[in-house]
Amino acid sequence: MFASLLTIIYLIASVTFIVGLKMLSHPETARRGNLIAAGGMGIAIFGTIFLYKTSTGEHLGNLVWMFAALIIGAVLGTISSKKVKMTAMPEMVSLFNGMGGACAMLISLIEFNHAKNTTIELGHFLAIVLGLIIGSISFAGSIIAYLKLSGKQKDISFKGQHIFNALLFLIILVGAVITYNADVTMAPTYFYITFALAVIYGVFFVLPIGGADMPVVISLLNSLTGVAAACGGFLYNNKAMLTGGILVGAAGTLLTVLMCKAMNRSLLNVIIGNWGGSVAAS
Amino acid sequence: METIFNFFEANQEIIYMVILMIFLGIEVIGRVPSVLHTPLMSGANAIHGVVIIGALIVMGEADPTNYVALILGFLAVLLGTLNVVGGFVVTDRMLEMFKKKRS
Repeated sequence: MFASLLTIIYLIASVTFIVGLKMLSHPETARRGNLIAAGGMGIAIFGTIFLYKTSTGEHLGNLVWMFAALIIGAVLGTISSKKVKMTAMPEMVSLFNGMGGACAMLISLIEFNHAKNTTIELGHFLAIVLGLIIGSISFAGSIIAYLKLSGKQKDISFKGQHIFNALLFLIILVGAVITYNADVTMAPTYFYITFALAVIYGVFFVLPIGGADMPVVISLLNSLTGVAAACGGFLYNNKAMLTGGILVGAAGTLLTVLMCKAMNRSLLNVIIGNWGGSVAAS
Repeated sequence: METIFNFFEANQEIIYMVILMIFLGIEVIGRVPSVLHTPLMSGANAIHGVVIIGALIVMGEADPTNYVALILGFLAVLLGTLNVVGGFVVTDRMLEMFKKKRS
């Protein structure tokens, strides 16, 4: 009975995310929409803590640690977002987005450690490795975007950077394939190399982009984190994570395009900057 | 090739759901006015904080003697909470300012 109660809770949470996003896109209902989504998130979190059953039928353990992390996170999150100046809001969003990316990245790291000594099926592996790659890119990119917006990091671009980035991205994909095919002893090595390269890629992806374009990039990274969250949803067969993640991934991508349009530019133009025409766009 | 077919066969429910959610996500925010772009981005940012559920599961399933998993799980829950709480509070503050401006 508790298990089915949790199913209903996740269903309600998914619906609040959809309704919340819908209401957030109208001026009169936006604030209420935000609160509704927050409520859905709240019940999903506490439902998971108290009702989730592992595959062996046990409740979740380590509750002391869990609540310690929740309380520290909640206090830090509230204080820092209440104190931040209105003009510094976008960089705060970027920072929080990076935290979400890092969360997805850590989940993948831990799950890989669980699974590395067993044969792993394709779907499971894809969810882990995509969550790792996308989460790492989003984490590193968001931190760079945050540093740029707060004026601690200048734009850095060097000749051939787009080709370098494209190559790096290709190597990451190849690394994922090699990890899947490697034997048990070597797989972790390739996995951690892929992880490191993904973090580096996130840094180099955002470094050359001009400071004025940062909001668009943050929106793009935001939708990436959504996809990383959805990978977690696939991993645990959790519909709330899956729907929430994909929803943000899709809405975030459209929002990125809309933001570019409002600035009268194309997304390609923002990412490539004044180097138009390079192959690295894709 | 067979692995790929099996993958689609075994996960068809989720694949359907992903495709429908993509269209829904695009449809739902399709007509957002440009003044709401930043709050909407921030709200979406808070919603993808749902990744914290994964962190909670990972942390709760960790062996209490496996300190590496415990510490990584602790960090994951902490960062996820920052994403969720910070995201919603920042969005609320942005929209609050928005309301004051209009009235």
